[in-house]
Amino acid sequence: MSSPDRSASGEPRLDRTHVGRPIPHESAALHVTGAALYTDDLGPRFVNLLHGWPACAPHAHAYLTRVDVSAARATPGVVLVLTADDVTGENDTGASRKDEPLFPRPPEGGKTAWGEILYHSMPIAWVIADSVEAAKLGASRVIAEYQPLPAILTVSDAERSGSFHTEIERIRRGEPECAIHAAAHRLTGSVDIGGQEHFYLETHATIALVDEAGSVLVHASTQHPTETQDIVARVCGLSKSQVIVQQLRMGGGFGGKETQANPYASIAALSAIKTGRPTRVRLDRMRDFQLSGKRHPFRATFEVGFDAHGKIEGVLMDLVSDGGFSLDLSFPVLGRAMFHADNAYFLPNIQVSGRAAKTHKCSNTAFRGFGGPQGMVAIEEVLDAVARSLGLPPHTVRERNLYAQGDSTHYEQPVDDAERIHRIWSELKRESDFDRRLSAIEDLNSHSPMLKRGLAITPVKFGISFTAKYYNQAGALVLLYKDGSVHVNHGGTEMGQGLYTKTLQIAADALGIELEAVRVMPTRTDKVPNTSATAASAGTDLNGAAVKNACETLRERLADVAGRMLGAPPGDVVFHRGVVHVLGKREKAVTFADVCDRAYHDRVQLWASGFYKTPLIHWDQKAGRGRPFYYFAWGAAVTEVEVDGYTGMYAITRVDILHDAGSSISPLVDLGQVEGGFAQGAGWLTQEELVWDAAGVLKTSNASTYKLPSLGECPPVFNARLLERAAQPGVVHGSKAVGEPPLMLAISVREAIRAAVAAFAPKSRLAPVALACPSTAEHVYWAIETVRATQAETTEEHSAIAERS
Amino acid sequence: MPEIRFLLNGVPHVARDIDPNTTLLDHLRASGRTGTKEGCGEGECGACAVALLSRGPDGTARYETVNSCLLLTAAVAGREVLTVEGIAQGDVLHPCQEEMARAGGSQCGYCTPGFVVSLFSEYYRAKSGPLDEESIGGNLCRCTGYRPIREAGQRLAQIRAKQLAARTDDPHRARLAKAVPPLPAVDYAPLANNQPRRFVRPLSLLEACRVRAKEPHLVPLSGGTDLVVELNQRHRRLDGMLSLEAVPELKTFENGKQHLAIGAGVSLAEVEERLHQDKALGDHLVMLKELLPLFSSRLIRTRATFGGNLGTASPIGDGPPALLALGAELVLAKHDDQYGVSLRFVPLDQFFLDYRKTALEPDEIIVEVRIPKPFPEIQRFFKVSKRRMDDISTVAAGFVLDLDPRGLVARARLAYGGVAATPKRATRTETSLVGKRLTAESVARGRSLLAAEFSPIDDHRGSGAYRRAMVLRLYDKFFDEVRQGDFTEATARTSGGVS
Repeated sequence: MSSPDRSASGEPRLDRTHVGRPIPHESAALHVTGAALYTDDLGPRFVNLLHGWPACAPHAHAYLTRVDVSAARATPGVVLVLTADDVTGENDTGASRKDEPLFPRPPEGGKTAWGEILYHSMPIAWVIADSVEAAKLGASRVIAEYQPLPAILTVSDAERSGSFHTEIERIRRGEPECAIHAAAHRLTGSVDIGGQEHFYLETHATIALVDEAGSVLVHASTQHPTETQDIVARVCGLSKSQVIVQQLRMGGGFGGKETQANPYASIAALSAIKTGRPTRVRLDRMRDFQLSGKRHPFRATFEVGFDAHGKIEGVLMDLVSDGGFSLDLSFPVLGRAMFHADNAYFLPNIQVSGRAAKTHKCSNTAFRGFGGPQGMVAIEEVLDAVARSLGLPPHTVRERNLYAQGDSTHYEQPVDDAERIHRIWSELKRESDFDRRLSAIEDLNSHSPMLKRGLAITPVKFGISFTAKYYNQAGALVLLYKDGSVHVNHGGTEMGQGLYTKTLQIAADALGIELEAVRVMPTRTDKVPNTSATAASAGTDLNGAAVKNACETLRERLADVAGRMLGAPPGDVVFHRGVVHVLGKREKAVTFADVCDRAYHDRVQLWASGFYKTPLIHWDQKAGRGRPFYYFAWGAAVTEVEVDGYTGMYAITRVDILHDAGSSISPLVDLGQVEGGFAQGAGWLTQEELVWDAAGVLKTSNASTYKLPSLGECPPVFNARLLERAAQPGVVHGSKAVGEPPLMLAISVREAIRAAVAAFAPKSRLAPVALACPSTAEHVYWAIETVRATQAETTEEHSAIAERS
Repeated sequence: MPEIRFLLNGVPHVARDIDPNTTLLDHLRASGRTGTKEGCGEGECGACAVALLSRGPDGTARYETVNSCLLLTAAVAGREVLTVEGIAQGDVLHPCQEEMARAGGSQCGYCTPGFVVSLFSEYYRAKSGPLDEESIGGNLCRCTGYRPIREAGQRLAQIRAKQLAARTDDPHRARLAKAVPPLPAVDYAPLANNQPRRFVRPLSLLEACRVRAKEPHLVPLSGGTDLVVELNQRHRRLDGMLSLEAVPELKTFENGKQHLAIGAGVSLAEVEERLHQDKALGDHLVMLKELLPLFSSRLIRTRATFGGNLGTASPIGDGPPALLALGAELVLAKHDDQYGVSLRFVPLDQFFLDYRKTALEPDEIIVEVRIPKPFPEIQRFFKVSKRRMDDISTVAAGFVLDLDPRGLVARARLAYGGVAATPKRATRTETSLVGKRLTAESVARGRSLLAAEFSPIDDHRGSGAYRRAMVLRLYDKFFDEVRQGDFTEATARTSGGVS
């Protein structure tokens, strides 16, 4: 695919001027001046712009028995009220299964002709008006009548009603039942894991317009322009070629714009086609909370058998996720949870089963980690319970169960680089002064009845590749102009993760030019077609490799031209920082621009496409065996917290992270992913709490009620570092995917809080410490109360603390 | 008048025919200035931050960062507004932009303009010392985890020192050397006005009371940090507003012999600043010093006032428990045909009547909060919330205690928020403590009465059971601290919960 990196003489021909340098985000100067454009910022640039606003159903589950939009339509400024009747194609935006009505439609089976409301605040009509103000006013005048139906709102409800999106999936190795039965120790437990709102700062936004041919151009805040194109085409009854989707940049995505942007793009497109006017749909924060899907809540139930040293011998784990009203990505999310139910631990005998429940809530979707975090929280719950029930230090039990070289996962993928987690574990423990701090904390806690500290270390192993094999492909289109300036197009989208920064560095080095000569263009479906979502942390692995491929094709062509210009064989031509010279003879040089110009006049093609597909991966769903992941990303974190025994309030006082990002293409970007991922994970596990009431209304639907981490949550001591000497063979520039894995480093926060809670036990206590997830101050308070109340039950002489020291 | 004039990034700007309900954020974006972003529409995230040129308590010019989503466009009439687009000089980035970019402080970039504006105002707040992290406490970032932004802020302090030493040319600093014109009177009504919507900003209490009496449909508005949330979130539309922002009688801050008088229109940021400047006063009002950093972010506190906080009478407001414990009294004014204005004095514990209902008559305006002297010897403010900073209380409490020379409790006031329909004192518990020596028994006796004084409910912030537990636990925490004698240390802390 690529030419050799070294010439015959051994001098590096491939530049590494830009790759590996810690440069700021390629749009940083635009970010800080407010010049960076996001989808909704385009609004004022259009004349005759229309605005859409939804009229939402006030029931979680109901039949829509009557809709009257006449008053809405009569509102001054209202141009159009879209209902199911206006859908020219299919009234469905489902990405995985056609189970997502854009407007309420009758349930399958012909029981009734009434449209069905599937979740609270489901839009029944969209009012399109000259101003947002008029659209909102119009929406408030949509009259509707409902016949309320019983709603399924929790995993428990769904289990009772047998309401599921999927059959039971299983991955199994060995004989877990026998192993548990034969083990010296056994315990059972369960944990309910909360969901999480993405809270990308930029809410869902889209602007659609039509051209003379009746094609639609949709600007959308989407992580998956191709799928947005597909769904808009489906809803509008157009061919895919009649829909072009452009994505400038997103103000955050985190998975929340992988499938969820499509309904709003479809509404804007329907309106643009119907009115001929550009139409904007932008959700406000509350609508975004109510309508769009979130991280899946999970219930994990487990039974584990283990020996006296805390080595796990058998595990049965059952995972049930809350998928919400439609399938969306619930199946692969569940799959990834099951794949990651081992985290970094060798589980010789294990069965993990999983199922996605169907409830009357917004449709839960991708969120950074994609089920992995939930599976990993579950197994860390197991490890901690094992340790505490034996009175062993949790970090020791974790360490004893880590994968060793030669092990394979429960789906029999060899863990090729298992030594890496041991290296990370020991380096991090040393750097964070773990042992000394642990004993200092025990000492402190023994003198402090109402204020306790907790310290925990947890590992991360995260599989990289889409579990849907066909998604693991990417394309690029690189355009050279006669003056040597460059447009790079690829199928990936920029949401802040730094994909564009990395592809810029890759392209500049592959062509041997300066960063300033290259612009990575907004993602468009008419530049690179049939793309995959920018997701699964694989944006750079896939698109970066495709860009490199295209650039190398061009460089080879240019080397011929330059060779002729310089009188040297193409193999001896060196491209470096915009200058093209003969190997070893820097004085024999022309500019890159001159080479491009000459190439044009020599009728050499100055653009090229690139392609990449991930090798080696395969998966047998039936057998539960294969190599779903090209490789694993590793990391570990040590977190210290302080917990107030009066209130349950707590603070993270110090965090140390060592994370494996391979040989980083852009270290500042990658460090940002590590720190930011950790912070987002910490928010999920601590204070970000989604609360629904008994009617299925989301009560935490804005920033005032749903609390993201703020600066106050940033640990005063926060040492994050990328693992050195970690090049990953077979990945572009030896790098590793880094978007998702660091989120799960935050499990150390949960376990540190649990350690502090455990310290409130008045006497030694050999029992797991229950801690709700997320562990809000209230939940921590109740956990402390439970621990305090178990005084009478535990009489063991030796305490967990004594054994640790 | 049918237009609103202000200076936008140094250029005269005219907003014509906009609904008085239009926020500055919406106006800026609709007119193509899209650098300022909307993240939440309720002043929580700071993505919409803009800087206002303002007059500090000493009359000098300063930049103040506020949330433009909670600022009505009409409220900036006659003011100078800087947005993120107005900070750089041509292609030369301002140091706060340069450092944010360099440190990796932007990822998706959507919150970045707000951070830049917050850092910008902070950059000019002082001439030396570190940058105050609170300046960016009201900006949310979902990408970075804040570490690089914090670092950018720290570096900025060094750069500021260097630039001041080098006398680097800085038009923003030069602007601060000049005077800030006073807020002009406003009586704005758009021409194309289906309903007669107005925005009125009088310049005296006399005029404000007159308007209040004659035009009761004009909703009184101070900083707007609560009211405008309703406009944004519930799409409430007001027929008109009576802005009290330019009424000088509401801007007093008088440390008298009998009491400290804080004007109802004094921003909480100013109260904080004055308590910080007057160390003797601040040391004796530990309650407020503990309260203010927890009250909300500085972006909010720059606009929010005690008048507004008490007037909205939220049962979960943070001001009321603190002020109830301090025994505050309110001064209310209304129009009087004979004297122009008549005043009424209402103890704060008689002000809150029921859920969101106060003793304020429809024609009255809150003028002043008076905190009687001598101030209580022992004061403590606690706040229990999901997030430690910048969150709404699950439970808040203000406790004060005076011991007489014999060591007997001379005065006890225990006020709670979030555990009843109104902010409320635990009067039976207080009574049981007064006249007693502080012993395990007397404290326990008080505690036994405490639970029955409140009736907390379940909501998304916390369960009723947790709130009931917190009523007792905060009491425990207070008396543990008092009895352990580490009270001096405890009161020096500035944050509740974990310290």
